[in-house]
Amino acid sequence: MAPILRAENLNKTFGAVTAADDINVAIEPGEVIGVIGSNGAGKTTFVNMVTGYLTPSSGKLYFYDRDITGFDPKHATELGICRSFQIPQLFATATTFENLLIAMGVAETGAMPFWQPLAETDRVARCEEVLKRYQIFEYRDQYAQTLPQGVRKLLDIAMASVHDPKLLMLDEPTSGVTAAEKFSIMDIVVTALREQNVTILFVEHDMEIVAKYATRVLAFYDGRIIADEAPEEALRDKQVREFVIGETLHLDTTAEH
Amino acid sequence: MSATASNILLYIIAPLALAIGAFLPDWAIFLGIVSLAKGLVVLGLMLLWRSGLVSFGQGLFYGAGAYMVGVLPQYVPISDAILLVVLAAIGTGLLAFLVGFLLRRYREIFFAMLCMAFSMIFYGVLVKSESLGSTDGFNVVQTTYLGYVPADPQEMQRILYILTALVAWAACLFVNRYLNSTMGSLSRAIRDNELRVEYLGFDPRHAVHFKFVVAGLLAGAGGALAAIAIGHVDPEMVWWIQSGEFVFVTILSGVGNVLAPLLGSVVFEILRTFAIQYAPNAWQFVVGGCLLAVIMFLPGGLWSLIERSREGEHGPDTSR
Repeated sequence: MAPILRAENLNKTFGAVTAADDINVAIEPGEVIGVIGSNGAGKTTFVNMVTGYLTPSSGKLYFYDRDITGFDPKHATELGICRSFQIPQLFATATTFENLLIAMGVAETGAMPFWQPLAETDRVARCEEVLKRYQIFEYRDQYAQTLPQGVRKLLDIAMASVHDPKLLMLDEPTSGVTAAEKFSIMDIVVTALREQNVTILFVEHDMEIVAKYATRVLAFYDGRIIADEAPEEALRDKQVREFVIGETLHLDTTAEH
Repeated sequence: MSATASNILLYIIAPLALAIGAFLPDWAIFLGIVSLAKGLVVLGLMLLWRSGLVSFGQGLFYGAGAYMVGVLPQYVPISDAILLVVLAAIGTGLLAFLVGFLLRRYREIFFAMLCMAFSMIFYGVLVKSESLGSTDGFNVVQTTYLGYVPADPQEMQRILYILTALVAWAACLFVNRYLNSTMGSLSRAIRDNELRVEYLGFDPRHAVHFKFVVAGLLAGAGGALAAIAIGHVDPEMVWWIQSGEFVFVTILSGVGNVLAPLLGSVVFEILRTFAIQYAPNAWQFVVGGCLLAVIMFLPGGLWSLIERSREGEHGPDTSR
């Protein structure tokens, strides 16, 4: 079976700055990919290129062997490449329920025809089911602008998930939430998405989260992928420890004397 | 406001109020026609406003609709008011469709100013066109109503009022239906977060374009009805002050309900008429003072008075 996503010689430059440098990677369906790297390493640039927010300077992107290089967000989403954001992108003056209902309405009808009611009974019921699955039902009628950060993160991901994605890219799903909340958020998200058979790629700084949930790790540094391994190997990798985790390596120099 | 209360207002109270209007004294009938005709333009502005867009050039479509009513009978044998209003609405809808390809790419002040730019280009064309009466404009031919030609001018005005009221109510029903649809619900979504809308798989520019066409169509119908009522068209209908007046009435009305533009437009016309009558040299102060008071004390517009009276208290104001 063809990889769900394949990047070939992918580059992105902003003037003199190279944000993505010759990225080559293939992601298989069903994988849970943890993307790690220090700030500015190119993680979000990669996500932005795949989801159509940025156009690659050169190189190719394939989704099940279909060339999607340069697709805009709308077309990427229609194909089944969805995303959540580091800063949750919600409709601030709408309630939790309305946010999800709008997302579901657009996903199911493409917002057409323009006279078909959004709040159809069965859609409302399905929307409430999703709220329960993501354990945010108690915030149903609360305006998005007043939600706690963890709930905002879950709602952001839930909105992306109702489009029946094939590949869901989560940009720092646990950033800005308490240590206690991190694992429960990831438990909820990974469980819900696994039920949908979604291939997951999540950008993360917390190595405990990566070690627990990822089946494979991509480590970015300076726009390049410096490690592409199973979590145990990746987190032991010398370059990853130095450039991503930030450990100072104590080299044994006694042998030279 | 709950959906039930809103439906009662829209399906029962509004048609009753519009029907009662047909029995008003003769002097008020004309005021009613002009109010409702301009209310149609404001209804279109409400659609744009809900997406965070303000048009300072809606006079373009209002005037274009009016001029179509004046010009069409000179070239084709049409004098039926209903047909003229429909053709004017279709014509201005097409105009908005063409202009919309450019405007849908812009937001905020750029959108507002580009709308004004188009209306001023049209204004310039009109004042330079001798055949269209230049700055004086020209008179509109007398219209018929499904073959019926009222002999009495007052009877004609009353029939025109009924037509205008029907068009206004139908427009409110359509816009209400639209706002409750998925695409209609994207109005607030586009205003709040356009990026998210794109990542839901919908191009916000398409929604903006559609709203712009509907707003243009409604403004064209309003302009056509006003032209038939007044019996005269001139470039002042396209002038930026006219467009500003529509924005003024939108603020006065509020955008919380599809009936708000009609209510606000009626209140504005009554206010202006009485202000001119009792303070002919200072009516602008009265109108301006009222707008100031609305912005300071009723940021949700006049409609928020109705919402407050029905609900006692309300949550965050999401209508603006």
